[in-house]
Amino acid sequence: MAVADPDNILEHDDHHHDPFIAHHFESAEQQFDSGKLGIWIFLVTEVLFFSGLFVAYTLYRIHHPEIFQQAHHFLDKNLGAMNTIVLLFSSLTMALGVHAAQNGDNKKCGIYTLITMVCAAMFLGVKAVEYSHKWDLGIFVRSTFDYAEHHPEGISPYLIKLSVIPALLLVGFIGASVFSKMTEKDLLAKFFGGMAVTVGGYFLGALVGLGFMALTAGGDAHASHEVAASPLVLQAMSIDEDEKHDEHSHEEGDHDHAGDDHAHDDHSHDGDHGHAAHGAAKEPMHRDVGTFFSIYYCMTGLHAIHIIAGIIALAWVFWRCLALHWRPDYFGPVDYVGLYWHLVDLIWIYLFPLLYLID
Amino acid sequence: MASAEIRNKIFDTPSVNYLNHQKGWKSWAFTLDHKRIGIMYLIGVTAALLLAGVFALVLRSHLFSYQGAMLSDEMYNQMFTLHGAIMVFSFIIPSVPAALGNIVLPMMLGAKDVAFPRMNLASFYLWIIGTGCLFAAILSGRGLDTGWTFYTPYSIDTSSAVIFATFGAFVLGFSSIFTGLNFLVTINTMRAPGQTWFKLPLFLWSLYATSIIQVLATPVLGITLLLLIAERTMHIGIFDPTYGGDPVLFQHFFWFYSHPAVYIMILPAMGIISELISVYSQKRIFGYSFIAFSSVAIALLGFLVWGHHMFTSGQSPVVTLIFSAITFTVAIPSAVKVFNWLATLYKGSILLNTPMCYALSFIFLFGIGGLTGLFLGTLSVDIHLHDTYFVVAHFHFVMVGGTLTAFLGGLFHWWPKIFGRMYNDLMGRVGCFLVFAGFNLTFFPQFVMGSRGMPRRYASYDPEFQIFHQWSTVGAFVLGIGIVVSFVVLAYAAFRGPRCGSNPFRAASLEWQTSSPPDFHNFIHKPIMTDPYDFDSQVYDETLDTYIPRELADPAKVPPRKTPAHH
Repeated sequence: MAVADPDNILEHDDHHHDPFIAHHFESAEQQFDSGKLGIWIFLVTEVLFFSGLFVAYTLYRIHHPEIFQQAHHFLDKNLGAMNTIVLLFSSLTMALGVHAAQNGDNKKCGIYTLITMVCAAMFLGVKAVEYSHKWDLGIFVRSTFDYAEHHPEGISPYLIKLSVIPALLLVGFIGASVFSKMTEKDLLAKFFGGMAVTVGGYFLGALVGLGFMALTAGGDAHASHEVAASPLVLQAMSIDEDEKHDEHSHEEGDHDHAGDDHAHDDHSHDGDHGHAAHGAAKEPMHRDVGTFFSIYYCMTGLHAIHIIAGIIALAWVFWRCLALHWRPDYFGPVDYVGLYWHLVDLIWIYLFPLLYLID
Repeated sequence: MASAEIRNKIFDTPSVNYLNHQKGWKSWAFTLDHKRIGIMYLIGVTAALLLAGVFALVLRSHLFSYQGAMLSDEMYNQMFTLHGAIMVFSFIIPSVPAALGNIVLPMMLGAKDVAFPRMNLASFYLWIIGTGCLFAAILSGRGLDTGWTFYTPYSIDTSSAVIFATFGAFVLGFSSIFTGLNFLVTINTMRAPGQTWFKLPLFLWSLYATSIIQVLATPVLGITLLLLIAERTMHIGIFDPTYGGDPVLFQHFFWFYSHPAVYIMILPAMGIISELISVYSQKRIFGYSFIAFSSVAIALLGFLVWGHHMFTSGQSPVVTLIFSAITFTVAIPSAVKVFNWLATLYKGSILLNTPMCYALSFIFLFGIGGLTGLFLGTLSVDIHLHDTYFVVAHFHFVMVGGTLTAFLGGLFHWWPKIFGRMYNDLMGRVGCFLVFAGFNLTFFPQFVMGSRGMPRRYASYDPEFQIFHQWSTVGAFVLGIGIVVSFVVLAYAAFRGPRCGSNPFRAASLEWQTSSPPDFHNFIHKPIMTDPYDFDSQVYDETLDTYIPRELADPAKVPPRKTPAHH
């Protein structure tokens, strides 16, 4: 048992303290363990934050399975798959970045962090292409859902609007980098340069996304061939439209048939049930497709917000890489941001099959 | 053994302490010290309590006459909504953990601070922003009239300021998560050497259980409120039946948080009572591990009973039955606590000072609040009692009779530690008596009229209920006066009370092993690890006029131990 002698009087002398160990921690280990437990608890709250949306998804899927099966054809699997690969790759670079920080290799850690950020921004670029394409077609949330079968030409005005902020950021970061260089603040110049490259990732993603869409649509010149592959939805869509429109969509189904086996399945499926569905289409079913997209926008939108938050956190890690802060006994923040980034990645790994793939 | 000089250095009231080591408003606004943040929280939640209390008095005054005495029906709706929303989100949930817990928790662990001091300060500013949003709802002139539960579809259609208010509740949720996360990590990683889980004071067990709920339940409220905001602005059709949504889903989501939140409110209060009962009986707490685990059991069971708020909302009968059955099981850990407190009192050396008076009121009022909960958990009875004043009385017995009473008791218990000054015990007890009497007069008649069918949330009512309402209104004013008296006694003590020693009540947990008020770093001497309920480990020191650990006392004057040191 401790006995009171002058040695046990605590001195609280903050002067010799390691700047990276907060005064209230006894040791670097205690600080690291606290941070690690803290970030894991935070991740639990994040999972629960998303859980409400997953429950909503499950419930509405149980209530309206047919709508969910059909509505997901509106989503572009190719772009979704591409984004999945981008995020998985970013998780790899993040893990390598953490490893580098553990070894105290700030330069390597900085490079990996930068690649991770670029991937995150690319993800957002592709997402912007997907969103804007849907908005072009009138695919909004439930109350404003107003699908119209047409094939927008050129670059979507929505995409341009979405890109305004990234464009401003790009110009700003390049300017800040050049200015820092001129005033001989090399560290800042590097940081802003890295951020400019990151924002560039957004435009790269958007370009790749647009290119991908153009390529996959090349066969039959219809970007929305997936839509045509789902006649039930089409009928649901077109109840307010005239017969002519309906026929037009059937034609499209035939076009599509030539290029895609999968579409062929759907089409023959339509052969069995088409007329029954047509008869039942007096109900305003198109609104239920809107519910799918309400959930889609809520889930992917919330996920996108987390990606943006991740980029901000990564930028902080990147800055501290440039400042050479990481050492083998102090790399906690890289580890914590890395864990968060893996979680954001993991959520997408669930969203992609649930929204894009399940038939 | 320690010399008198060292004893004085450790335990005597220091001229420089956490309250005065830095001066100016900036030293408070940007402080990372858990004690200062706790005091700012204390001022904040007290202001919220008094404001929402004024709303309650306005409501009660209105109900003095069966036709409604003073408010329009719309104003009445706004009043009870704001009373509920501010009391729940801005007062009760942060009251014990964020205000008292913040001050006491690190000291009970022998630590210098919580694990994440900046997050702690952020939590306080989020509280300010969230409460500010609730105020903005009032100040915008549109008010809020949905009830604190924000039930859809009304909350989607009403023209009142639902978005302000729900955003405020959303932000307050984050404030609560930050506190919970901080406490979990602090208790896990920053305990003093030798302080095992079963040497923690029971207050910390209850705060730990509370934090688990805060961390697991609050995010669900967060997403629910975001979806409600999205529903109001964009009509996404998840909750809104006009667009194919399911309003009962909102109720499920809401109660998935808000029922556990009831335990966020009551568990820390139970922790305070465990401390008070033991210290003021000067007797080892009876059934330590049962009380500790019952806190965790309540926290976990709390997640499985949310459906009992929806017995009449159209759930399937099977689900309703299951929820009813699990609801009854919550009574078991709650009763375990009450019986252990009573067993602790038995043959204890009871000191009936202000904190103990509050603790005894708690046991009585919480007993009634808990037992009437069983009536409401019973399916057939609930069909009759649902949405009557019986429910109102039940949850006020738990939240006011339970949490507010324990909060005040805890304030009186730790006040000498926080400010180094003693309060006027007689006036404290007068305040406690007024709170107790006023409370019972307010809410006991509500059980009677509720069981006779008086529905809640009505601005006017049948004349046969008038006499009950009038009693209730009189009681509310007595309760209000009691609360004001208590806070005046405390405020006077903080500035003008006589100086007191480091451990005036002979408590054995670590926070009493430092001067009152404590040093900025909490301890200038490593605290001596003792069992928090072994009161014989503390002995009286004449020169300091307070109790200090046996190991540090003058060996010539140490009386022999009455009880064995180990159990």
